[in-house]
Amino acid sequence: MIKVNLIYLLASLIPTGLVAKENTSTIELIQPIINVKSKGVGNKQAIEAWPSVSQLPSSAIPELLSAMNQANNLGDNWIRGALNKICEKNPKAIPINKIVDFIKDDSNKGEARHMAFQIILSHQPMKANQLIPTFIDDPIPALRREAVAKILVNAKKPENKEDKIKLYKKALMKGREVDQIAEASQALEENGEKVNLTRLMGFLINWHTIGPFQNKDRNGFAKVYPPETRINHKEKYQGTSGSTSWTAFSTEDKLGMLDINKQYGELKEVVAYAETKFISKKEQNVHFRIGSKNAWKLWVNEKLLFARDEYHRGKTRIDQFIIDGKLKKGENQILLKVCQNEQTQSWTKQWEFNFRVTDLTGAAIHPMNSTQNK
Amino acid sequence: MKNLFLLYLLSNLPIFLHADWLSFRGTHGNGSAETNSISQFNPQSKYSWKTKLPGRGLSSPILVNDSVFITASSGPKQETLHILCFSEKKGDLLWERRFKATGRTICHEKTCVAAPTIVSDGEVIVAQFSSNDIFCLDLSGDLIWLRGLTHDYPNAANGLGMSSSPVISNGVLVAQVENDADSFTVGIDLKNGLTLWKKIRPRGANWTSPTLLGKGKLQKVSLQSMKGISVLGPKTGNEFWNYEDGASTIPSSTPIGQILLVPSKGLTALKVRPDQRSHTQLWRDNKLGPGTGSPSISNDRFFVINKANVLTCAKIETGEILWRMRVKGPASGSPVTSSSHLYFFNEDGLGQIIKIDGNEGKLVSSLDLEETILCTPALSEKALFVRSDNHLWKLAN
Repeated sequence: MIKVNLIYLLASLIPTGLVAKENTSTIELIQPIINVKSKGVGNKQAIEAWPSVSQLPSSAIPELLSAMNQANNLGDNWIRGALNKICEKNPKAIPINKIVDFIKDDSNKGEARHMAFQIILSHQPMKANQLIPTFIDDPIPALRREAVAKILVNAKKPENKEDKIKLYKKALMKGREVDQIAEASQALEENGEKVNLTRLMGFLINWHTIGPFQNKDRNGFAKVYPPETRINHKEKYQGTSGSTSWTAFSTEDKLGMLDINKQYGELKEVVAYAETKFISKKEQNVHFRIGSKNAWKLWVNEKLLFARDEYHRGKTRIDQFIIDGKLKKGENQILLKVCQNEQTQSWTKQWEFNFRVTDLTGAAIHPMNSTQNK
Repeated sequence: MKNLFLLYLLSNLPIFLHADWLSFRGTHGNGSAETNSISQFNPQSKYSWKTKLPGRGLSSPILVNDSVFITASSGPKQETLHILCFSEKKGDLLWERRFKATGRTICHEKTCVAAPTIVSDGEVIVAQFSSNDIFCLDLSGDLIWLRGLTHDYPNAANGLGMSSSPVISNGVLVAQVENDADSFTVGIDLKNGLTLWKKIRPRGANWTSPTLLGKGKLQKVSLQSMKGISVLGPKTGNEFWNYEDGASTIPSSTPIGQILLVPSKGLTALKVRPDQRSHTQLWRDNKLGPGTGSPSISNDRFFVINKANVLTCAKIETGEILWRMRVKGPASGSPVTSSSHLYFFNEDGLGQIIKIDGNEGKLVSSLDLEETILCTPALSEKALFVRSDNHLWKLAN
């Protein structure tokens, strides 16, 4: 059965016609797709532009990749849809060398360069393999990952222990993603090498906490307790078990896990706050990376960055939530609210978090404070 | 009486002119192919095939025209979303589209980002992923529109992964995005991807899928949650009636015309009243509660596999249990049915065909695919389609 959907066909034909106007540049054609915003804003214009964009010749692939530099994640996906179709239509006409040049130009946005690499990988895998070692210091985690993966594979080959260790050390130092770091560090430890993962990954291990406060019926998540309005380590507040005050809290867990149960006992329906200072040597855009299976809120310099009201859906993971943010030069205050709910199953007793700060490539940023993650 | 009831069921089912399998648990969302199908697994048949998939998935295949559509997810964080189209006849890859996840991709190890099943109206397909990215494409793989619902609403996510499969009714895509933090269901215009309505839903993890009640312009969408059932008009999202006695958040309801079998207090059968704004309870039986899979129907019977791997056959009209038999479980997917057989795969990859049109159930064929199978199969007149994380199979007679 072949049915032609006249509505869709007409919708795609009427506004733009089948072929783009001769004088319209590629970037003008793509602009409505770059302009797509959240919640469907710009969808109608993108739909109108689509027939012309998806029928662009293979020679337009570098321009489409460049357009990804300007697009948000939604526009990026629209462009991927066009690239899929253009590459499928005429694979022999794909301008491989120009796409390689695009990858090599690291002024291009990461997602675009990674997409370009995937095109090469699909159509000229030998060339893609030649490129991989050049990604070892790439600012784009997805590209760097390819190079680190190659080192990890090569590290399994040598029989000589020293050569093996050398390669695993390189993978560890260059790796930015948790699974690759874990693989390299485990291999090194199996070969007798000590790895300071806390330091390497930049977990913040020294905090002050205060609590517990009430979280009956999970209402504590929304309730504003005094630490949310001011931090004063000398002040005392009324908690669920009487007067409570700020106390130092740290962990020796190599992956920076802070078990709040150790601070207050295994409690239910409670809230605690954890606060630390992060001295940054410069103003910089960063990722705040949180792992927690409890509900939480994060403030940096008194600004709420994100809140997640979900309990015990899976385990606590490293880099479970990656939040965009900014550090100012000098002292920054990081405040985390961590909530525990009423569930009593054995898998719901954890009240915990881990926390680290990285640059946008995933490299740990170490605070200048003397006490953190030494 | 039995014939009258069958006539009622047939007259209330939407009519499709071909034997496609257009959504999760079939075109009508009740697991039934409404036709005869295979009675034996025969992977050696010249009509059977097996093909490699580029990524993981629990989503079911769907069948439109002569093509099989399916999703997969790959990459270290399952950030690459695949939509694939295969030739139904030979299993050749006709096209593949790759997008990136814009929402969260962390899931429980057992599930993955390609958990929801594609839906089609026979002319376009819509693929939703656990990241709440939604893509509408025509049958040749041309993108029509896309949305990123977690991009729009960053707290719309479930730490264990989401699995609700969308439905299409009256030109509206209804997508459930229900979770602990920012829980909602949206009606999206199938033409352009714009939100027609957004309804705040009970907060709580919910892996069930919406189902369709009735047909044509009067068709309604039933949403299930821990609170119960809410029946909405697809174009407006306005509620027509509800049922507030609670319901499961894993197995979904099964619609048969104006009747809804709800996994609630075991299993509860609700029937829409003629005013379309209320319902009556036909029966309830706490012995008929399904396990992970949802009930399926065949003729005037329904079938449930419970947590103890017991398959029960009962009458839709009364809930009267006709027979029970033990099957080899556990199964994550739902059973599907032809007019004479029931088909399901356990998690170890053992497919089982049970003859169901007699006074008792009888195992007539089994096949070990030797891979973990967590999906619900798709069924056509001549073959069954099933997938693992690695492969897609067509199993013909």
